Parts: sequence; C-alpha cells; structure tokens
Amino acid sequence: MTVSQSRRQFLQGAAGLVIGVHLPGAVAIAARAQGAPKQPALAPNAFIRIAPDNTVTILSKHIEFGQGPWTGLATLVAEELDADWSQIRVENAPGDVRYYANLFMGAQLTGGSTAIANSYMQMRRTGAAARAMLVQAAANEWGVPAAEISVADGQIAHAPSNRKSGFGAFAQAASRLPAPQDVTLKDPAQFKLIGTDLHKPDTAMKTNGKAIFTQDLHADGMVVAVVAHPPRFGARPVRFDDTQARKVSGYLKSAIIPQGVAVYAKSTWPAIKAREALTVEWDESGAFKKGVKAIEDEYRALAQKPGASAAQRGDAAGALQKSGEVVEQTYVFPYLAHAPMEPLDAVVRFDGTHCAMRFGSQGPTIDQMAVAAALGIPTQNVSIDVRLAGGSFGRRATAGGDFAIEAAMCAKAYGDAAPVKLVWTREDDIRGGFYRPFFVHRMRGAIGADGVPTAWSHTLVGQSIIAGTPFEAQMVKNGIDDTSVEGARDLPYRIANFQCDLHSPKQGVPVLWWRSVGHTHTAFATETFIDLLLEKAGKDPIDGRLALLDPASREAGVLRAVKELSAWKGRRAGDRAYGAAMHKSFNTYVAQVAEVMRDAEGLPKVTRVWVAVDCGVAVNPNIIRAQMESGVGYGLGHALYASLDLDDTGKVVQSNFDSYRSLRISEMPQVDVAIVKSQAPPTGVGEPGVPPLAPAVANAWRALTGVVATRLPFGQRSAA
Amino acid sequence: MRFSVNGEPVDVSVDPDTPLLWVIRDELKLTGTKFGCGIAQCGACTVHVDGMAQRSCVTPVSAVEGRAIVTIEAVSGKEADAVRAAWIAHDTPQCGYCQSGQIMSAVALLRENPSPDDKAIDEGMAGNICRCATYPRIRAAIHEAAKKLEG
Repeated sequence: MTVSQSRRQFLQGAAGLVIGVHLPGAVAIAARAQGAPKQPALAPNAFIRIAPDNTVTILSKHIEFGQGPWTGLATLVAEELDADWSQIRVENAPGDVRYYANLFMGAQLTGGSTAIANSYMQMRRTGAAARAMLVQAAANEWGVPAAEISVADGQIAHAPSNRKSGFGAFAQAASRLPAPQDVTLKDPAQFKLIGTDLHKPDTAMKTNGKAIFTQDLHADGMVVAVVAHPPRFGARPVRFDDTQARKVSGYLKSAIIPQGVAVYAKSTWPAIKAREALTVEWDESGAFKKGVKAIEDEYRALAQKPGASAAQRGDAAGALQKSGEVVEQTYVFPYLAHAPMEPLDAVVRFDGTHCAMRFGSQGPTIDQMAVAAALGIPTQNVSIDVRLAGGSFGRRATAGGDFAIEAAMCAKAYGDAAPVKLVWTREDDIRGGFYRPFFVHRMRGAIGADGVPTAWSHTLVGQSIIAGTPFEAQMVKNGIDDTSVEGARDLPYRIANFQCDLHSPKQGVPVLWWRSVGHTHTAFATETFIDLLLEKAGKDPIDGRLALLDPASREAGVLRAVKELSAWKGRRAGDRAYGAAMHKSFNTYVAQVAEVMRDAEGLPKVTRVWVAVDCGVAVNPNIIRAQMESGVGYGLGHALYASLDLDDTGKVVQSNFDSYRSLRISEMPQVDVAIVKSQAPPTGVGEPGVPPLAPAVANAWRALTGVVATRLPFGQRSAA
Repeated sequence: MRFSVNGEPVDVSVDPDTPLLWVIRDELKLTGTKFGCGIAQCGACTVHVDGMAQRSCVTPVSAVEGRAIVTIEAVSGKEADAVRAAWIAHDTPQCGYCQSGQIMSAVALLRENPSPDDKAIDEGMAGNICRCATYPRIRAAIHEAAKKLEG
C-alpha cells in the first residue's frame, strides 16, 4: 500500500473535536535530522531517535497518563521500522506544535480519544521513512542496491553478501539523508506488532518508584508554592495577613496573584501549613453564590420549554400529542470532579523574558499561548517539558490554559528567576472547578400499537463547556455546543418522529470536558429511556434494540457480541438482574451488560460487567481491554457514589476522597471484554468504555427493584 | 529525629508534626512514595514502618523515632519480587501514580496472608484508591504472586 496523505485529507477524514488553530507545517512528514549533537541520531519528523547502542526512542506527541499512547504510537513506528520491541523506548515530546500537532485538531493536544486515530498513518509513515533511510545508508556503506536489503526484528541484512547490522551503526549516516516523501506501508496481513499484546514500556518504572511525575521534580533553589484559592468561584483576593504563617519554619513569603494568594516555602509541608495559618480578605462582589438546589430548580423549569434545536426528523411534538400514553422521565446529573490521582502541579522558572515549564500539560499549544499572553512575552519564549502525569480524565487540558497561567503567575510573583513548584492539594483539586457540568434531561416518548417507539423528544439543560472560550466561534453553531448534545442528537435507533433540543444557561461554575464529555450524561438518558420504552412494550433489551438498528451497523455488531459474551438470558435470574446499554462515542462502539444484585444494606452491588468494543483495527488488544476495565471502574464510581455539590451560598461541599467518593477495589466488578474484529481505521478507547456503564447498571437495578434511577449517583442509601 | 529509611540511618531536623511523607519526599528525595490526599484516604503514600503498611501522609515524623521505614524504592524479599513480577506480567499500572502505594499494600498483605482469596484482597487493598480502576489487574496480580510464593 502506498500512501501520500495530506493534512487536508486527514482533516477531511476527521470527526469530532476539530480545533481550528491553523499552524502551518505542523504535519510535515519530511524528515528533519535533529539529533543531540553528541549522540548521533536519526529523527524523521522529530519522532524517532536511534542511538549507537541500537535503542530506538520514540517521542510521543500524546502525553501518557494511563491510556497507553506511548505504547500505541511506539507500536505503529516500530511496526513499519521493523524494529524489535525490546529496543524501543518512549518519551513525551516537548511542546512544539510544528511537529507534534494532533492532526485532527491542528494543535498539540491529547483528548477526544484521538491519539491512535490521528496518529495511525502518520506514525506508520514515520517508521517507514526511518526504515527507508536506514536501508539507504546501509546500501551506500555496503555498496549494494537498497532493494536487496531486508530489515526484520531490528536487524538490517544483505543476504547475498551475508552482511548484517543493527540500526545504531547506520543511525548517523541515515540522519544525513533526505527523508523519502512517499513511503510504502505494510499490508495489514504483514503486521507483526500491531494487533499483539505488547507490554507497555512504562510498566516497569511504575512498579519500583522510578517513574518521575511533576510532583517528583526537584531543582536547585526550588521554592514550593501552594495557593490560597477563593472560597467561592469568582471571588478575588484583596489583602492577606501572614503574621501567623511567619511562625512556620520554612515559610518564605506570600503574594497576591489573580488566582488567589500564593504561599511560598522551602518545601511542601511548610507551604501547606503556612497557607492554613494565612488570613485572606476576599472581594466577593463578583462571586457565584448559587447552590445546586437552585440550579436544579432553574433547569427543571427550563426543561419544560423547547430549547435550541439540535436535531429533528418527523414531528415528535405532534406524535406525542396524538399518542394515548406518553412516557416521561426527568434525569438529574451532578457536577463531577475529575480527581486524577496526582493533583495538579507544575515546576516553572520565569526570568522576565523566558518561561520554562515542566508539567503534565495535556494541551501544550493552548498552555504556551495562554501563558505567553498572561506574561506578555512571545509564545516561542514559553517552553513546555511535558511530563508523565498521574491521570487526567480531561482535567489537564483547559481551553484557557488556566492552571498553566496560575503556575506561571506563581513564578512571576515570586521573582528572582527561581524555579517554583506549584502544588495543588486534593482540596484544591476537588474545589478547583472545571467540573463535568450539572445537567437536567427531560425525555418523552411514545410507543405504537406494534410496540415500536413512534416518538422521542429529548430536552437537555446544562452549561456549555465551549461557550466563553477561544473555541466558541468554531465549535458552537446555531446555539448548539456539540459537546452538550453529542450522543443525544445522533440517537442511533430508528424512531420516525425525533427531536433533540438544548438550553445552555450560564453559571459562574467553571466546567470542562470530563472523560467522555457529553456522553457522560447523554448515554445515561438515552440508554435508560430506550430500555424503559422497550420494557413497556414487552421487548427484550438487546433484541429490542437490535430491531431498531440496521443489522449491518457497528452498533448492532457490538450488541450481538455482548449478547454472546454474556450468554444473555434476559433481565432476571434469581437474585441477580442484568442490564444492557450500547453507545457510540469518539467513533468507537461499546455495548455492555451489567450484573447487579443487592448488597447486605440493600444497595446496588455490581458483580460482573461484559463489554464488547469495536474500535476498528485493534492496535494493542491488551490496552483496549485495560481501557474498557478502566472505563467500567470510572463510570461505576460516578454512577453510584460521586457527586460534587455547591451549598446554598455557592461553596463546594466536598473537599477530598472522604466526601468525594471514589470507587474502591471491593466495589469493582469482574470485567470481561470482547473486541469485535474490524478492518476499519482505529479509533480511541480512553473514553468510550465509560458512557454505557451507568445506564447498563441502572437498567439492571430497575429490573431488580422496579426503581428508575433518575438522579445520579444512585448507589447511596437515599436511592435504595 | 533519628530513624532508618531503607536500611540507612537518617537524622532529620524538621518540625515534629511534619508528616513522614514529606520527610521522605522533600528531605530524603525519595519520590516513589506519592502524595494523593493527605488524609489517609487514598493510600498513595503507603510505606512500611517496622514491616507494617502505614499511611505516611498522616504519620507525624515524631512517631517513627527509632523505627525502620521501607519505601517502594527498596522494598525487597520474596513477596516484593513476586508482586513486582506479577504487576509487570499483567501490565497493571495505567497512569501509575497510585501504584507504589498499591504495591506496598500488596506486599504487606501477602506477608500476612500468603494465599488471600478475593475477599481478603478486597479487604487488604480497600484503602488504596486507583482512579484508573486497575483493580481487576491488581486482584489478578496478587493471586499470581501468591501462587508463585506457594510454588
């Protein structure tokens, strides 16, 4: 297969989140020999470094925080390079959009489960280009035709003359050759690495304490900062009194920054202690003082009125009016925090003209631009050394680079060009905003005489994630932020009369994409509501869904696969109930069946979950399984236990894992995963395992108890 | 304050209420032990104090005077070897941030109970949160390590 794929073709084929930051040259496939001067290296497109000891280091343009892009991207390169997996090393690429842009976005950004999807051809081409250059270098050195040279398992060989060499010997010579513009890629039948359970290159260092996260960075003269944040969103610091803080040994000073009061100390504990001893006066004139109860009342009222139309076919309103029996449900979804295990942190040094940042930046392009604007320096003066991060789930990418700005302001306010490590505690994380938005959904449906749904009306009320950000102009169309209605406006089931509309009220609570974004709530509403309609019509949950789908569709494919995997026998069996759900997100199709029983206290206990996933070509089945397990666990913790609430004065109620409940091992079900075989281009797996979980569990819970879960989370006492 | 960390004698002069976690991380620069919550809810800071798993984020350094601390960097012995090998075989870590604490808890569990069933694993590991939900692989890896220790 020969490909010459342009950026335009990539963008035409792209789906989902497209951020229109045009950055020319971002996708130049041309090789750029760029090695560390002392260590000759080959670097087509700045992605590959080959050292004299034959190790091949892949620079991953996508940050590794658990979803496996290091492994995936390296696999794609190694496959076409014909490298041996044992010689592969991986590092995060630094912030540089000229080389490391997400091809679906035009910016260096990890998100939307796009890492493999946007890199699949690019990384294979990069590996193939490097291979061709190594072959040419060997041909030149050996004085033989390149066509007679073969490469396999990290060895370059010329059979006629019985010569053989590792990559390292030719790395320097190859780096001086021009990179081929067109390369021949393998036929998938020839794949040796893609499609296998290669071990992750970052596993070992995560078992012996050697993996270095931002939290673990130290530097000479480094100062640790924590920030006293306002008690309510939108409040501003006026003045502080550090009389008591000065008694803390190791405390240095405090300074007002736009985000709060930065408290500096020689190390972390004195900084935390000094912050507790600090008194701050806040200007709350612009503070948000509404609680979630008031927000819910407001949203419930809005849901009674039609909003901006997101999708329509037939005449849903008319069909509902004509129907004898309208089924109606209103669902309430809380704000949610991402709560990655490593709270946000960064090490920043600002000398007045250059800002050097080291942290787990999920969107280096955005962060570089935001910090440059905040400091009043050119973007190219902001460097980002992207570090391993302890989880994210979306939290480490904000449209305005808010956390990066806070870190930069801490460094600027300290002065002295000292390296400043900003550390957020768990309380800062839980109370720091940028939540999955609070949503209310009102669903109405009608069933025809034959049991087939005839009408479906879906009204959503919730804050737009994109409105008010630099991406609003490109991403909010006709009053519709697609991230609010994704998964609802594109309901896959054949229902003649369909409408989906949206209200996007503004609130002073910062909101953000959260692992699977709009699908976190739309999948719950659509998949529990269709299940309810099917039950009322006396249909089986899986066969009933299949009857509303094209049998050749991938949606139907995953439903049939999960039916087989779970040996589906219906909604009830003894003291257990079974619930199904299917949802497509980020072009990946996932169906799940949850087995649920009552625990000793009468609360839902999920014992097993079966997952069928179709994500196109399965680059690494082991990572796909791991991400489905992870999606189940993340989805379950928030379906049953987690809620982020504001009291009636606008203060966040929860503060740490004692009140913001996380799933624990004793609550984790057994998970079985089937990967549907597919030749379609690969799509992501980091997020799509999440959306079907909560509705599958809720559907089983309804089958077990008759209780319709309309308010999440539903695993606590009040829900039973 | 004098105590030992990973077999080496340590003498630190910090406020006695300083949590052991911050002495290990900031003073001794052993960064494998992680800060996750600061209130003994997540277990990322788990170390061994005289062989027992303990949350270093709520352990004042004054409480470990004269005691032997072991961190992820140096935990050793047949249980630790078996746990690490099983963790790698199952590619257990995702983001990896909680895994030092998970491993320290798993090693302590196996020393106490060499062949834990699922219930014992759940009880022994319930103090360690993993937001990536690597729990199925933690369970599988502990079972595998236990099997290896038997054989």
